[in-house]
Amino acid sequence: MSVSKKVLPGFGLTMGLTMSYLSFIVLIPMFSLALEAAEVGWAGFWKAITDPRIIASYKVSFGCSFIAALINAIFGTIMAWVLTRYRFLGRRIIDGLIELPFALPTAVAGIALTALTVDKGWIGKPLAELGIAVAYTRVGIVVALTFITLPFVVRSVQPVLERLSPDYEEAGLVLGASKLKIFFKIVFPEIKPAVLTGFSLAFARGLGEYGSVIFIAGNKPLKTEIAPLMIVTRLEEFLYGQATAVALVMLTASFIIMFLINRLQIRSATFCEG
Amino acid sequence: MKNTNSIGQALPNAFQPNLWGRRFLIVITTLFALTFLVAPLVVVLTRAFEYGWSPFWKAVTEIYTVKALRLTALTTVLAVTCNTLFGLCAAWALTRFQYKGRGFLITLIDLPFAISPIIAGLIFILTYGRLGWLHPYLVDWQLRIVFNVPGVVLATIFVTLPFVAREIVPVLAARGTDEEQAAVLMGAGFFTVFFKVTFPHIRWALVYSLILCAARAMGEFGAVSVVSGHLRGKTNTLPLHIEILYNEHKFSESFAVSTILVATSVIILTARNVIEQLAKKEDESNVFRS
Amino acid sequence: MYLEVKGLEKKFGNFKACDQVDFALEKGALAALLGPSGSGKTTILRTIAGLENVDSGEIVIDDKRVNELPASQRGIGFVFQNYALFRYMNVFDNIAFGLKTQKQPKNIIQERVEELLNLVGLTGLEKRYPSQLSGGQKQRVAFARALAPWPRILLLDEPFAAIDAKVRRELRSWLRETISKLKITSIFVTHDQSEAIEVADLIVVTNHGRVEQTGSPLELYRSPATPFVASFIGESTILSDYGCLKGFNKAPKGAVCAVRPEFIRLFSPNEAIQYENCVQDGLVERVSFRGNVLEVKVRVGDFSLVTDYSLERPPISLGDKVKVLIYRLYAFEGVTQARLVSNDGLKSQNNGYNFEI
Repeated sequence: MSVSKKVLPGFGLTMGLTMSYLSFIVLIPMFSLALEAAEVGWAGFWKAITDPRIIASYKVSFGCSFIAALINAIFGTIMAWVLTRYRFLGRRIIDGLIELPFALPTAVAGIALTALTVDKGWIGKPLAELGIAVAYTRVGIVVALTFITLPFVVRSVQPVLERLSPDYEEAGLVLGASKLKIFFKIVFPEIKPAVLTGFSLAFARGLGEYGSVIFIAGNKPLKTEIAPLMIVTRLEEFLYGQATAVALVMLTASFIIMFLINRLQIRSATFCEG
Repeated sequence: MKNTNSIGQALPNAFQPNLWGRRFLIVITTLFALTFLVAPLVVVLTRAFEYGWSPFWKAVTEIYTVKALRLTALTTVLAVTCNTLFGLCAAWALTRFQYKGRGFLITLIDLPFAISPIIAGLIFILTYGRLGWLHPYLVDWQLRIVFNVPGVVLATIFVTLPFVAREIVPVLAARGTDEEQAAVLMGAGFFTVFFKVTFPHIRWALVYSLILCAARAMGEFGAVSVVSGHLRGKTNTLPLHIEILYNEHKFSESFAVSTILVATSVIILTARNVIEQLAKKEDESNVFRS
Repeated sequence: MYLEVKGLEKKFGNFKACDQVDFALEKGALAALLGPSGSGKTTILRTIAGLENVDSGEIVIDDKRVNELPASQRGIGFVFQNYALFRYMNVFDNIAFGLKTQKQPKNIIQERVEELLNLVGLTGLEKRYPSQLSGGQKQRVAFARALAPWPRILLLDEPFAAIDAKVRRELRSWLRETISKLKITSIFVTHDQSEAIEVADLIVVTNHGRVEQTGSPLELYRSPATPFVASFIGESTILSDYGCLKGFNKAPKGAVCAVRPEFIRLFSPNEAIQYENCVQDGLVERVSFRGNVLEVKVRVGDFSLVTDYSLERPPISLGDKVKVLIYRLYAFEGVTQARLVSNDGLKSQNNGYNFEI
């Protein structure tokens, strides 16, 4: 029997093109990663990823990405709230600019943020007088990552707030709940999955970011080197095996985060339907 | 909420902080946006014109800038074209048929978004580089990919691969297949069904995703930086050229060149917003009419 | 037979959508696939069209097996439940689509589309887009589009489901007339028994993926083959253990039956009736006005029966005592058989009453 007969046409053509393209662009190059890792061997792998400079770079990468994602979780939620609920001068401009970090090349963002935060810069100068250095420190890395990952939380929370019917809040008000209580008991549970999704996306993106950070970080060994930079450094030294080892650790981290995001989205989806 | 102060006017929603609370939140939002979104744009422009118009013009029209601009344009056009073709095929194959392994395919398509651009560059070095396992075959064919234009294009394609597919798949999945089935019953072939029946439904999503794809392609730094080899005038894209100028302490030149990219990204952002509005309008008018 | 479906089987995972489906249709017949939702009727329609592959069984059109033929070459016009009009094409292009894929010459296309627009009464609307049409108009366009490439068979999936009640009436009779005028073999799917009875020459009743009975509306009504058909066609009351009813005492213990409203007649207590011995006492539980007739719910022993009561007869009201005569009922034998059984009292009196519809 013709079990595999498809009703709509074009399966062979589109599937064939999709598979060949994916193999050529994604699968074969990704396979090289495994090949190279196998060549390095377990001992070499372990040695590469436990180098103090590498460990320091992991700490910088994870720490700064986490702080930047946290800043965005807080300010992103506030921005999403303000942009959906209030009408004020400049709202549309701010709303239109939210995606700027996705549209602006990261190198440009990097040099612009550096120029702003060096001790002679518009923002760096007043802070320097207070004794706070931004550019060429970990604070600078956090600033760059905050910029790069700014749209994630705002854009995942905004649609949820737009859909959120005021009925719930009104019901709470009628029942005599205080305003803060309404926010934390009624509004926040609704947007929490979106905030968490935005946070994880921002965190994952921050871990991999390179272009904007290297200008502002100063790249001092053990202090302000990020993990992607270490991959580049090892590559420039032609230590491909070590570069691969560092890369695999980062990859594993991003996969775990992506997996958690998927779980989160599935949970919030079933929650909404149920 | 009787307050109709233009700053802090609330929409009719039950839960609202008082007027001062609202003003406080709006001020925070505005300050955050000014620091992180407006200030970087302004600083690029002021630094670019620090010494007036003629040094700016000189930096922008310098031969290496023009060459880098050409390469960026070429890379962007190629990446967008290839990923559009791929995205449309993948969306059709993923949403119009039932088979096992669809989930795996979707994960594979999403992969480039989950990977650091640096790792994207690394995998191409490991594959096609001097020590890469495909390198011997490339020598036979006298092909050079890494530290050459094809490498730059490949890395950009990899990084921007998911954009079109990710945008189109949900749109197609949300639409049923009835219109297509009707067309097939009347004897229409794949291209007729796709271009006459399906395409009009996805054109806005497609344009939208093209814009995002182009933005990312022209600005890609990490992946391209790894595979390009920074050969000035040959494999340097605009972002790489900016980096080189900056590292040579030619700051105002590098900001001058940056204005090209800033202008493009502002145009892209505007186009994105306009298209979103247009698509929304068309959607609404269809809902109202039917 | 022009269209034959033999032993059709189709599974979706573990769900059996079609289970040994058999039926046949003469050329020019208008058939209805009638059944509750989930009974597999739409799946049958889609397998005939080639939009669904069969697991086993045969579909034969004009003495040729068409299982292997792609949907486009079976010569089938299909009207989708939600019409599936091409949203970005106007009415003319929608109707002309099938003709264009057939590469018909321009003048023929023009002629055919005009002919069809005329047939469905939409002349002058050819430049409109689907979103500018009413539900009924969309349906007519879908109908015209399906007919345009001269199909051998016309299939309609719930053609009236998305249309409001008043327009539905009109469309039903319009469709019936149009199809009989065109003499095209047609099958439509519906879950509405009154629709099937009113429009179709032949009804195929489906349930749980199986065909329960095939026959003309009158046949199904007069002699339902299974309890399902007996209770699905018409508004019946199901009674279990009906042996205690007068005139049906021969029924085995625990037997189940279905009683239609028109199988029952009510008399006021002082009315003189011929068949006293097969009449039982009842109590009026509810009287509702149905426009041209009263619907009366009456309690007889443990049973509640529903019947119609003419407005021309003596008035009746809630709490009245009445005499209830049950002429006949559908006795179920197991779950697969049903039989029409008459009241014993009527037989013994040999009154020569004939059941006529």
